[in-house]
Amino acid sequence: MCLGIPGRIVAVTDEHRMMALAEVSGVRREVNVACILDGAIEDLLGEWALIHVGFAMARIDPDEAAKTLQALQDLGEAQEAAEAMAEGAKALEGQG
Amino acid sequence: MKYATEFRDPKAAKAVLARIAELADEIGATRAKPVHIMEICGGHTHAIFRYGLDKLVHDGIEFIHGPGCPVCVLPMSRVDECVEIALRPGVIFTTFGDAMRVPGTKMSLMQAKAAGADIRMVYSPLDALELARRNPDRQVVFFGLGFETTTPSTALSIQQAAREGLENFSVFCNHITVPEPIRALLDDPHMVLDGFVGPGHVSMVIGTHPYDFIARDYGKPIVVAGFEPLDLLQSVLMVLIQIRDGRAEVENQYARVVPEHGNPVSLAAIADVYEKRPSFEWRGLGEIDHSGLRIRAKYRAYDAEETFGIGYAAGPRFVAEPEGCACGQVMTGRIKPTACTQFGSGCTPEMPLGALMVSSEGACAAYWQYGGARATEATE
Ligand code: SF4
Repeated sequence: MCLGIPGRIVAVTDEHRMMALAEVSGVRREVNVACILDGAIEDLLGEWALIHVGFAMARIDPDEAAKTLQALQDLGEAQEAAEAMAEGAKALEGQG
Repeated sequence: MKYATEFRDPKAAKAVLARIAELADEIGATRAKPVHIMEICGGHTHAIFRYGLDKLVHDGIEFIHGPGCPVCVLPMSRVDECVEIALRPGVIFTTFGDAMRVPGTKMSLMQAKAAGADIRMVYSPLDALELARRNPDRQVVFFGLGFETTTPSTALSIQQAAREGLENFSVFCNHITVPEPIRALLDDPHMVLDGFVGPGHVSMVIGTHPYDFIARDYGKPIVVAGFEPLDLLQSVLMVLIQIRDGRAEVENQYARVVPEHGNPVSLAAIADVYEKRPSFEWRGLGEIDHSGLRIRAKYRAYDAEETFGIGYAAGPRFVAEPEGCACGQVMTGRIKPTACTQFGSGCTPEMPLGALMVSSEGACAAYWQYGGARATEATE
């Protein structure tokens, strides 16, 4: 549960709260980007980051992202993260 | 070798394995007198088993599986306290799915949910915040669990709740830190450790300097490592080179992700929200000084221990491990999981007795999951 999963920042959702939409393992969800922000939030668009429990923790390059994703898929961690995100969405609707 | 074909770069892996073998021979490591290398992180434990690295490396290298799986070291008393909070009227208890099956003295969170508690599995503390916004008449408690990789997420969530003035959100804080248990293990006279493979994603938050004491005070090499099989092999090689050269340093194999000084935003959030507890209990290891975090007084309104009068706020308590459970001995590397009398009989991933069987990062679950493949391989 301690591993970050590579995700790509695809849209800014709330500049004030430092939230953006990330695509993680084919799933899109809102993440907090405070930890990787060092300029305008728009600069993050298209960037890859390691996402851990809804927070972007470190910027990485696309090649590193691809390799890490492969390793995490081998470990079943990427699938677990995708399932956890789906579970989280259900929890909000009161069905979790 | 069966697993070797799964490496993305089998040639590179072969070359590193050959170098490891040369060095192991050079320093005189043998099956009978092995070099003991502890991988601290549970993610590394899982990767070592997944790729069969312990079988691929030279006979003279023995991996000792460290305490770096937060689910595995969570004491029973804390699970009991989660259940107690979750069963209070009006509470929505939110947790990462990993923690659902950890046994408490009476029940796990999974069983509490079946008994009617409103327990929701979430992916992120942000989900818990959102639940609090949507349910102003309920108390939403987030079970904050994990090492330094996870700690910034709850710290930032508490700061966000404070900014919004949310009054129905709190965190049951069980965050723990990596360096202190390592110090405790190094102080244990029974522990034989020659070097460490350091956690990658924890270090992306805290940097490499928190490990300086391992090299400086204990004279042991440590190499912070990534999660690809080649990363792990390279890190083992770097540890062996240090041993051969008689050096003890903190090295960073994972510099492409881990900055020397960590992540400043994360560290600032942790420092603002949390302070060290005098001590914290670890399953199998007992109380370890300064190894756990609690919420600072200025964020008391978001501290579930304060709100519910439960846990360390109400005085420490200790619950003995279940009969026959050898988790403590496995965690300190004294015995292998298969030597536990409960392994596979009284304790399986479906019906775990000890916490090392619950998470895929636990040593016992890893032995169980990949043990079958090993047996076939041995007869091939
Ligand atoms: S087999 Fe179960 S009880 Fe025995 S050490 Fe492993 S987790 Fe603990």
